[in-house]
Amino acid sequence: MLSNALPRPGRLPALRVPAAILVPALAVSAFSLVPLAFVAWVGVETGAGEVARLLLRPRIFELLANTLLLLALTIPLAAAIAVALAWLTERSDLPGARLWAALGAAPLAVPAFVHSYAWVSLLPAMHGFWAAVLVSTAAYFPFVYLPVAAALRRLDPAMEDAAASLGLAPGERFLRVVLPQLRLPIAAGSLLVGLHLLAEYGLYVLVRFDTFTTAIFDQFQSAYSGPAANAMAIVLVVLCLPLIAGESVARGHERYARVGSGAARMASGARLGRAAPAALAFAGLVALVGVGVPLATLLRWLAIGGTKVWQLADIGPAVAGTAWLAFLGGAATTLAAVPMAWISVRSPGRLQRFLEGCQYYTGSLPGVVVALALVAATVRVAMPLYQTEATLVAAYLLLFLSRALASLRASVAQVPVDLEWTAASLGRTPVQSIAQVTLRIAAPGAAAAFALSALGVANELTATLLLAPNGTVTLATEFWALTGEIDYAAAAPYAFLMVALSVPMTAIIHFQSRRIAGR
Amino acid sequence: MKLLNKTLRTIAAGAIALAAFAPQVKAQTAGEGILVYNAQHDNLTRDWAAGFTKETGIKVTIRKGSDMDMANQLVLEGNRTPADVFLTENSPAMVLVAKAGLFEPVAKDVLALVPNQYSPADGSWVGIAARSTVFVYNKNKLKPDQLPKSMAELASPAWKGRWAASPSGADFQAIAGAYLTLKGEAATADWLKAMKTNAVIVRGNGNAMKAANVGEVDGALIYHYYYFNDQAKTGENSRNIASHYFRNRDPGAFVSVSGGGVLASSKRKTEAMAFLRWIAGKGGQKVLRDGDSFEYAVGTGEASHPKLEPLARLEAPAVAPSQLDNKKVTDLMTAAGLL
Repeated sequence: MLSNALPRPGRLPALRVPAAILVPALAVSAFSLVPLAFVAWVGVETGAGEVARLLLRPRIFELLANTLLLLALTIPLAAAIAVALAWLTERSDLPGARLWAALGAAPLAVPAFVHSYAWVSLLPAMHGFWAAVLVSTAAYFPFVYLPVAAALRRLDPAMEDAAASLGLAPGERFLRVVLPQLRLPIAAGSLLVGLHLLAEYGLYVLVRFDTFTTAIFDQFQSAYSGPAANAMAIVLVVLCLPLIAGESVARGHERYARVGSGAARMASGARLGRAAPAALAFAGLVALVGVGVPLATLLRWLAIGGTKVWQLADIGPAVAGTAWLAFLGGAATTLAAVPMAWISVRSPGRLQRFLEGCQYYTGSLPGVVVALALVAATVRVAMPLYQTEATLVAAYLLLFLSRALASLRASVAQVPVDLEWTAASLGRTPVQSIAQVTLRIAAPGAAAAFALSALGVANELTATLLLAPNGTVTLATEFWALTGEIDYAAAAPYAFLMVALSVPMTAIIHFQSRRIAGR
Repeated sequence: MKLLNKTLRTIAAGAIALAAFAPQVKAQTAGEGILVYNAQHDNLTRDWAAGFTKETGIKVTIRKGSDMDMANQLVLEGNRTPADVFLTENSPAMVLVAKAGLFEPVAKDVLALVPNQYSPADGSWVGIAARSTVFVYNKNKLKPDQLPKSMAELASPAWKGRWAASPSGADFQAIAGAYLTLKGEAATADWLKAMKTNAVIVRGNGNAMKAANVGEVDGALIYHYYYFNDQAKTGENSRNIASHYFRNRDPGAFVSVSGGGVLASSKRKTEAMAFLRWIAGKGGQKVLRDGDSFEYAVGTGEASHPKLEPLARLEAPAVAPSQLDNKKVTDLMTAAGLL
């Protein structure tokens, strides 16, 4: 009997989930199914034959090949760059490691479409598949870099010491001891990259690369929520399922929290020696591509525009609107992600995987699909909610839940469950012990979750255009209107301010990820 | 504990700072006045709204979008739409809303401000501006005698990979709609299939012109004002560009009409109609002539911007704006693999 009560080594028993956690998680998951239900409903109305005709045409196979190739190349590339950079900044004696670490997070402060706008301004003939791979990697590798750097920072070097004493060479130690311990952050980060590649629109328009999302937009602009657009959205959902499942498998069942006597020793930096110049060149190149090019292009256009493009009467409301929506969206998304993040860590199982999948898949949908579902839902059954901040925030929540979940889950996983048990044994109810113990220790992850989702909102365009209350202006909507008229000089202040607003949020993410590591 | 406090304090401080902004955000939405669903260029409509408000004191709130998505949105919203006025860049979007019976007939005196050919026969909306199809080309790559003589010529194998266009945009779809009206379904389907092979596909007319400017293609089939807009700004995206008008009543000489209409469900019809009257009348047409939109004025007796090729000399084909069938066009484009 006793042996049944004890956890098997390495694997924790699933906890019973208190109703106060389960019900909100169920509610969020159910709400996440609204876009899927809408897409499916349009599909049913269209009829299977017509949907098949729309999907089995050469154009769809073109798009499928493009999208799959993009995923197959960009995810491993982004992950490799992120792991290499993270190892250099966290585990080696790379000169200026702290600076390079900050620059590794910095590309997140630049909206994806500003990345490609910068590259296209620099090299006007740059376009197509390789351009798409380059710019997406530059824009999204921090999604892997941040969690991997945080994990490397807190890995107990005792394991590596043991491996070294058993005669493993440094390279083997990295592959056989360090890398396996990084699979959680690599998998979580790669999933985020994959979802963003599927959902991104603006980036690929400027480098002229067609994916399902760009094709859905074309259909939306031509025929709104027509059968063709929704049929293609079904394909997107199908495409993101293997990504979600793959991440879930890679995550495994291991325990990642550390309790024990004392604290893990700081890892000493590996000596780069003669490899230092090459390492510096690599870090420099990553920074140049991820931050240097966008900033240089922005500054150039700002210089061309001079002072007359700073129309404060227009810019002021756009800054206010963006900041306000980013705050609302970030807060709502983070709150909504808490129950699921806790269940994912504490009570993994089939139900958890299903509920979590519901909350993740919306991250692969372009803003337009989510927004159209909510437009249809509110216009048909909840007209008073149409074009209100509430509906807009609900759309942001669906779009950025995956970002919040990834950050929160990683930090909840680091809270030893023993502490919750201890709190319970001292008379706390389960919900109290979660609120008073787990969430407090996971606070840095919550701050990062807030910042990551707020960043997403600050740069969001389509859902904002479709759902915002009348008269709302944001930096992204103004930037879009001006670049559509190829007035880059007038658009530059808006892009610059988007970056400026994003810098503090990126700084939160960066510093909180260091705090998660306890340092 | 300390961590949590610090994090919470940061977030609380942010919230307080934002709360100071919030009333400002709300104030823009609450005001009296009319709501315009605007698919026209943002700058142009803002100039129109500013001029109108200055003269009448009626406030104008603008919602941004583009032709077909806003038209479809209006159809979905039906009588419950909050919009009072709809402005577009091309007529097919107006036709869609008119077919759904959502427009209030335009007042006679407003229709009278614009020649008949720029408004539909049923008077459900009124023409407010116009734009011409043009073949912009790279002066270093094409001599005037090498230019295409007609839009049809761009479908020939000789033009493979040499021109750019943006088929996902309402602008190009209006041009294709004119081709469909003038040449019929079979010829249009063939032309679009050839386009799939021949054209470099971009999104946005500005990007099409840029491709020609950097010499990636010889030319692009777009509207006329992108060149003038860029020339009025930095000029760096049109440095090597010249404009070629097809004329001869060719489909490629199509002049597209921008429309304005008042929604039948509006609770401020008088103010909304006053706005249309202002745009189609002296004030609005003067904004077109003197401003930096470089779209054509269409009001009776109203001249356009002096830099533009006069409308009368474009030899545009006769295509009634209400004839354009966007549904058919997008179906043909989808079949051709362009969408």
